[in-house]
Amino acid sequence: MSKDWPLWEVFIRAKGGLDHKHAGSVHAPDGEMAVNHARDVYTRRMEGVSIWVVKSTDIVSSDPDAAGQMFEPAKDKIYRHPTFYELPDEVKHM
Amino acid sequence: MYTTELDKSRPVDLQTGEPKDLVDAFEARVAADEFIEPKDWMPEAYRKTLIRQISQHAHSEIIGMYPEGNWITRAPSLQRKAILLAKVQDEGGHGLYLYCAAETLGASRDEMVDALHSGKAKYSTIFNYPTLTWADIGAIGWLVDGAAIMNQVPLQRTSYGPYARAMVRVCKEESFHQRQGYSIMLALAEGTDAQRRMAQDALNRWWWPSLMMFGPPDDASPNTERSMRWRIKRETNDELRQKFVDATVPQAELLGLSIPDPDLTWNETRGAYDFGDIDWSEFYAVVKGEGMCAKERITARKKAWDDGAWVREAADAYEAKKQARNVA
Repeated sequence: MSKDWPLWEVFIRAKGGLDHKHAGSVHAPDGEMAVNHARDVYTRRMEGVSIWVVKSTDIVSSDPDAAGQMFEPAKDKIYRHPTFYELPDEVKHM
Repeated sequence: MYTTELDKSRPVDLQTGEPKDLVDAFEARVAADEFIEPKDWMPEAYRKTLIRQISQHAHSEIIGMYPEGNWITRAPSLQRKAILLAKVQDEGGHGLYLYCAAETLGASRDEMVDALHSGKAKYSTIFNYPTLTWADIGAIGWLVDGAAIMNQVPLQRTSYGPYARAMVRVCKEESFHQRQGYSIMLALAEGTDAQRRMAQDALNRWWWPSLMMFGPPDDASPNTERSMRWRIKRETNDELRQKFVDATVPQAELLGLSIPDPDLTWNETRGAYDFGDIDWSEFYAVVKGEGMCAKERITARKKAWDDGAWVREAADAYEAKKQARNVA
């Protein structure tokens, strides 16, 4: 049995207006300490203004082996992109 | 700080009986420079080689704090002290990024720490040399971190995603390490005769160990070919060593210091420096733990770990108490 503290995934907001982005992970006995560790490990150079931590075991992820059936159906729906539509030259901007 | 696999005595064997279609698909993905992520299928030998390489790299970062930590209380000015403190803290951070990357492959932190403390795991030989004067702190930043950067820049494109991402973060911070070292060397080089002698003496002692940091020559690196194919390594030991020499010699000239190698000459046809033979018997002796400070480093590391045990226990007890309250 490993004596390790639980692993927490760390998400950092670089500055106001941006999303929190995954930065890495830390071990800590509780969430509060995980935030403190994350601050020391991932924001020594003003990399963030806000930190989220989530227990790694609480993350549910998609199965890489099923990536095909998950994501490929979007591939042939190119009409979802604005570039699919040709505009007459007279329409200068839309 | 250091990445070349040190322990060449036990190459990881390719496992037989792995499904051929999965192996082929994996080989095709790495050949196409795709990144492999933790939950993707990978050959056992790839996983094991990476765990060994990344954990050795992490251990090197952790032990790398000790030779420099020696000088924090003796830095010549408050500014140098603050800078060195920040640098040493970065090394600790680098160790943590790397341990996390190794953990995504199924290694436990606990086991890795135990392996380091029991002497089972290797770390970079460079940290088993003593730091005798303040100029050594300059030489370490300039040469040792310089060599580490040479090694680590190509690893930002290594095939294992979490390792590559850790390297991006490390490389960003490492550049400061090299510059602060060079700045110490510059100050000494512009100083008194005694200070210049001190700088030259540090260069004399750190030059060859720095060249050894790139690992054994290519013809003595049995794993290189497979590691290159799997994009665990992007350039060979000798290629990186040559790059380092070519970049560093002009920097030494600018300091007015001389590289301690009588065979060092510019080779016009190669467009690169020729340099003398490296004493590999010294390298292997240090890898085996016969380095001057090997015992001291591990003893200091274990002491720090043991002295901190009460903090870890208190944190556990506090969490247990909070849990108990939540239940009640």
